Amino acid sequence: MLKLKFVLLFSTLALNLPSVLLAQTAEEKGLEVATAARVYDRGFSDFTADMVMTLKNKNGETSTRNIRIKTLEVEGDGDRSLSIFDEPRDVKGTAMLTYSHGLKPDDQWLYLPALKKVKRINSRNKSGPFMGSTFAFEDLGSQEVEKYTYSLKGEEACGEWQCYVIERIPAYKHSGYTRQVAWIDKEGYRIVKAEYYDRKKALLKTMEGSDFQQFLGHYWRPGTMEMINHQNGKSTLLEWKNYEFKTGLSDRDFRSQALKRLK
Amino acid sequence: MKQHGLWIVFLAWLSTAAVAEFSGNVALEAFLFTEDAQFEKQFNDNLTVSFQPKWSGEWNDGDDSWSTELFLRADSEDDGRNHADIRELMWLHLDGDNEWRVGLNTMFWGVTESQHLVDVVNQIDQVEGIDGEDKLGQPMLHLKRYEDWGVVDFLVLPGFRERTFQSVEGRPRLPLLVDGDAATYQSSDEDSHVDYAIRYSHTIDDFDFGITWFKGTNREPEFNTALDSNGQPILIPHYAQMTQLGLDAQLIDEDWTWKLEVIHRDTNNIDFEALTGGFEYTFYGIYESDIDLGTLVEYSHDNRPEGSRGVFDRDIFVGARLAFNDVQSTDLLAGFVVDTEKQSRSFRLEGNRRIGDSWKATIEAQVFSNVDESDPLIAFEDDDYLLLEMAKYF
Repeated sequence: MLKLKFVLLFSTLALNLPSVLLAQTAEEKGLEVATAARVYDRGFSDFTADMVMTLKNKNGETSTRNIRIKTLEVEGDGDRSLSIFDEPRDVKGTAMLTYSHGLKPDDQWLYLPALKKVKRINSRNKSGPFMGSTFAFEDLGSQEVEKYTYSLKGEEACGEWQCYVIERIPAYKHSGYTRQVAWIDKEGYRIVKAEYYDRKKALLKTMEGSDFQQFLGHYWRPGTMEMINHQNGKSTLLEWKNYEFKTGLSDRDFRSQALKRLK
Repeated sequence: MKQHGLWIVFLAWLSTAAVAEFSGNVALEAFLFTEDAQFEKQFNDNLTVSFQPKWSGEWNDGDDSWSTELFLRADSEDDGRNHADIRELMWLHLDGDNEWRVGLNTMFWGVTESQHLVDVVNQIDQVEGIDGEDKLGQPMLHLKRYEDWGVVDFLVLPGFRERTFQSVEGRPRLPLLVDGDAATYQSSDEDSHVDYAIRYSHTIDDFDFGITWFKGTNREPEFNTALDSNGQPILIPHYAQMTQLGLDAQLIDEDWTWKLEVIHRDTNNIDFEALTGGFEYTFYGIYESDIDLGTLVEYSHDNRPEGSRGVFDRDIFVGARLAFNDVQSTDLLAGFVVDTEKQSRSFRLEGNRRIGDSWKATIEAQVFSNVDESDPLIAFEDDDYLLLEMAKYF
């Protein structure tokens, strides 16, 4: 009872305070947007998609990777995801399983078809390139709220939408970045653009998402993501195809020993 | 006619019942030796071709699937390497927390790099390499059962595959020729003895382990000397019965990965223990590049009496793994093994690089030095080699 009185008293006081003191800090606002974006994206259960990655070097030479992706939403933890490689042909049948977590390192397994071996791998290398592309492992991982600290830098137009401009600083160990700046649209929390700053705080990469499609009347996914590395002139175009949601995947499909039977 | 009918039924089934996927590779391999052969008739250089096609398909929404993988090699010099094998020809049925497999299959157990003590289900295709990573398809009935407390594998292994051996031209090979056709067995069932294996494995956070039990024909032969029809001494493989208990464990802790394999093997002649254990420590993104450098150290011990031990009896393996993380997936693994008692050394290097979109170049080099007369490696003393392979994947 006493406690309730205190709360009431406090609220009344608060209501009478000048609004400038009430205003949230940029950090609180940033966290609020990041949390809202995460909440908006919850409930998809699972999805599958095909990913075509086109790697381009500064001379314009290209190389392609075809990867099938399966993702399972996990209550109270990071998502589980499977990447099955179809091309280049020498890695055909290779599969990677990731149990992502918040600040704790992810659990990761790799299936090597030449040896018929499932190998638990060290997931410490977050900043390394994924399949030789300009995407790092940490750029493609599950984006848990607690992985970053946030700050809202402002709001501005981003193409056809209005975006929040959020700065996020990795809170997990071994990131290749000192900070990232993301443009997230206010309506569907689409990541329209993101900038990545390296350990020397210089601009390293820019990612732009486009051709967004809405699934189950709610979830937005980019049709393409392009990541340009400003320092070495390389870029990677990632095209997402054949998205399917709520396909009925379960824990059973994301077991490390089940990697052997993927085709 | 009857045979034709069967083929037609088989092909019809392939094309309709199951969506067939086809992949594989063709590879050209050149073996170059730096020294003249130690034994008569052995070749100095060699060119070979291998073909490894794979097919797979599924039906019942993926609850049933089949897969097959063949391996063929044509060797210009060594008749022993002219061979074909069915690595896999298997039906897989998924039933909730059970996976049933029937047919020929190849599997891998264990975690260490320098040798594979726990991995005893498949016979080694020794003519393909002395590292024991090329294996012959084993007939099996395999049930994998998932529980909250781990995964249990039950294997019934009817039928035994004999190890492959180099012919007289083969290189590297043992000083005496091995007559595989004359193989003898401890069991009166010979190569149709039914073997059994059980494996329990589990993951607890960053710790993975497996406990295995195997009872049946030892894949590793003992050798008896005999005389062939020309009165020349030869080796006759003898396959004894064994019971083996094995443990493999791996712990990941930040940049460290700790690995251990231990076995207890019980045969008619001898009971012994052997272990391989060590770590891999990785430096990520060295010199602000994308290159990761892994350093590996493993120690192997074998408590059999002198003279009956394996190659890795008191040996230290030190290696370095470079992953370039580039578009061509370039990697390099270099390592040397030192026998701490006999001081024999062997050095090995393996490298891979993708060329274009579907070719892969492989380089492999092996150097033996300071080999002690009493070390089993003495047979390979003059067999330092360089192997170049170019493979086309489809």
